[in-house]
Amino acid sequence: MNLSYREALNQAMREEMQRDDRVFLIGEEVGYYQGAFKVSKGFVEEFGTERVRDTPITEAGFTGLAIGAAMTGLRPIVELMTFNFGILALDQIVNNAAKIRYMSGGQISVPMVIRGPGSAAHQLAAQHSQSLEAWFCHVPGLKVIAPATPHDAKGLLKTAIRDDNPVIFIEAQLLYGTKGEVQEGEYTIPIGKAEIKREGQDVTIAAYSKMLLLALETAADLEQDGIDAEVVDLRTLKPLDVDTLVQSVKKTGRLVIVEEGWRFAGLGAQIAESVYSTAFDALDGPIVRVTGEDVPMPYARPLEDLAIPDRARIIQAVKQVL
Amino acid sequence: MTDAQRFRELFYQALRIRLVEERIIALYPSDVIQSPVHLSIGQEAVAVGACQELEKTDLIFCTYRSHAFYLAKGGNLKEMFAELYGKVTGCARGKAGSMHLTAPEVGLMGSSAVVASTIPHAVGAALAAKHLGKDQVVMAVFGDGATEEGVYHESLNFAVLHRLPVLFLCENNGLAVHSSQSARQRYAILEHARSYGLSAQHIADGYDLENVADTISGLVRRVRQIREPVFVEIRTYRYKEHVGPGEDFHCGYRQREEWWSWKQRDPLEQHPDLRDMMQPSIIKEIDEAVEFARASPFPPEEELLRDVV
Ligand SMILES: Cc1ncc(C[n+]2csc(CCOP(=O)(O)OP(=O)(O)O)c2C)c(N)n1
Ligand SMILES: [Mg+2]
Repeated sequence: MNLSYREALNQAMREEMQRDDRVFLIGEEVGYYQGAFKVSKGFVEEFGTERVRDTPITEAGFTGLAIGAAMTGLRPIVELMTFNFGILALDQIVNNAAKIRYMSGGQISVPMVIRGPGSAAHQLAAQHSQSLEAWFCHVPGLKVIAPATPHDAKGLLKTAIRDDNPVIFIEAQLLYGTKGEVQEGEYTIPIGKAEIKREGQDVTIAAYSKMLLLALETAADLEQDGIDAEVVDLRTLKPLDVDTLVQSVKKTGRLVIVEEGWRFAGLGAQIAESVYSTAFDALDGPIVRVTGEDVPMPYARPLEDLAIPDRARIIQAVKQVL
Repeated sequence: MTDAQRFRELFYQALRIRLVEERIIALYPSDVIQSPVHLSIGQEAVAVGACQELEKTDLIFCTYRSHAFYLAKGGNLKEMFAELYGKVTGCARGKAGSMHLTAPEVGLMGSSAVVASTIPHAVGAALAAKHLGKDQVVMAVFGDGATEEGVYHESLNFAVLHRLPVLFLCENNGLAVHSSQSARQRYAILEHARSYGLSAQHIADGYDLENVADTISGLVRRVRQIREPVFVEIRTYRYKEHVGPGEDFHCGYRQREEWWSWKQRDPLEQHPDLRDMMQPSIIKEIDEAVEFARASPFPPEEELLRDVV
């Protein structure tokens, strides 16, 4: 069936809430308003306000509360209006959710999902346009997922909800309306598995979330120039599926990594290191990164365009490695 | 139980905590315990009183200053010393040290070194209790300083808004690290709590073992019955430095006279006869726990990555 990314997320949560009544959704305006991006459409009617909880504007508070509930038998899904505001909950996420299992010597687990949109939309300026996934990937004890397609969004969110440990699930505002084929019926997608979204021989382009769509568009452009690019969708950022990436690089010998986040200490640096350290011999040239610029996101459209990877820069990077 | 028996029981539990912490002080110079230790000496009556009416299935969420609550809630003494020693037989397999004591088997769900960070966990656990239809009481334990944090406000508000069965317990020792309360706060903790519509009670003398226990027990029963949040602030006093085994009167933020005036009323100093009678068996128990910790192995290498997912 053809679904939007938003509908796919809605289905994933709905199915999991039907399946297990320990699962509940909590966040700002997730109930009557149905979420800032309408992902929880119809939930209050179906599940009631006890399982679809509107909260005051308290990111640390409701994330902490969800942790407590997760420690004691429930399976919360925390919706952040955007990950920008998740910064206010970082102590709860980093110092608590990620560590409680370890600090308790394995006695207490924290089965919860923290989800919402990351990355830039259109001209929302500095505080609403950032890709913070590298921050979360840096923390032992967190899993991080950033799906690009409706099918992956649904299958991975269902798996995340069933996971017994905290999962950071990063969506994108500009993806909510995108459509794609979604498998009928019940299915899940394992955490930690990348997927080759386009097969090719000449160069591997690794990307995730919104940048995956850009990589696929660019691959089509490259085809016009006679370049056959393979596009790997990382999907899970932690644990990273290095194997799939390395298999692809062994075939193509070249790797371009595309990420919207800031360059310095960005995720692509880690991905490159993972590939260099396991498959250096397979590479015919240096790995090239296409990243966001190291600036707070400017508002003006021409500047914003410059700060985010685009097709031209990916093409340039590909030509650089070929 | 007669009043006299009850007093002896409370006295025994407080004395046991005092003697455990005095042993930690004695051991500290030998470096077998490397963890920073935030001692509750002087504050024992609060933890003892707080836990009298709690069942093992009732939950508490604590701070880095949690030796007293761990013991009062029924945590295993051997596993506590082993944890302080960093041994694999510790209550958290040597991963926690003093600041993150956890004993879910008796309802101690965790201790955090980040001020105020477990307060929302307690509210969430109360939400879970409500959701799962359990008649549990959940207790959030925190200091006067924690009331300055934003997440404290967020937690109180949510608990009242959704009528959750949590007892907020503010252990007010008038100090946060090296600052007195008056240097930090422009609000009155109790009035502030009441402004949320919380029923809030003050215990002015946190050294009165029976009154502290009776009052908090009444509040625990009340939460169990009405399934709504309740607040209690207990005024108490810590004898030792904020962290570590020593004293800190030379630092200048508090006066030795203040300590002296509390000490005059210290229940554990008032009854030398009881103390003498109870001490030997407690010391023996502590000796055994320390020996257990000493003889236990450190965590093997496989433990390093265990429980990281
Ligand atoms: C978020 C945070 N800020 C600062 C500290 C450093 N710190 C540790 S204990 C403490 C004082 C807390 O005082 P209070 O809540 O009254 O507890 P007490 O130590 O008196 O038991 C501070 C500021 C911390 N651990 N966490
Ligand atoms: Mg204090």
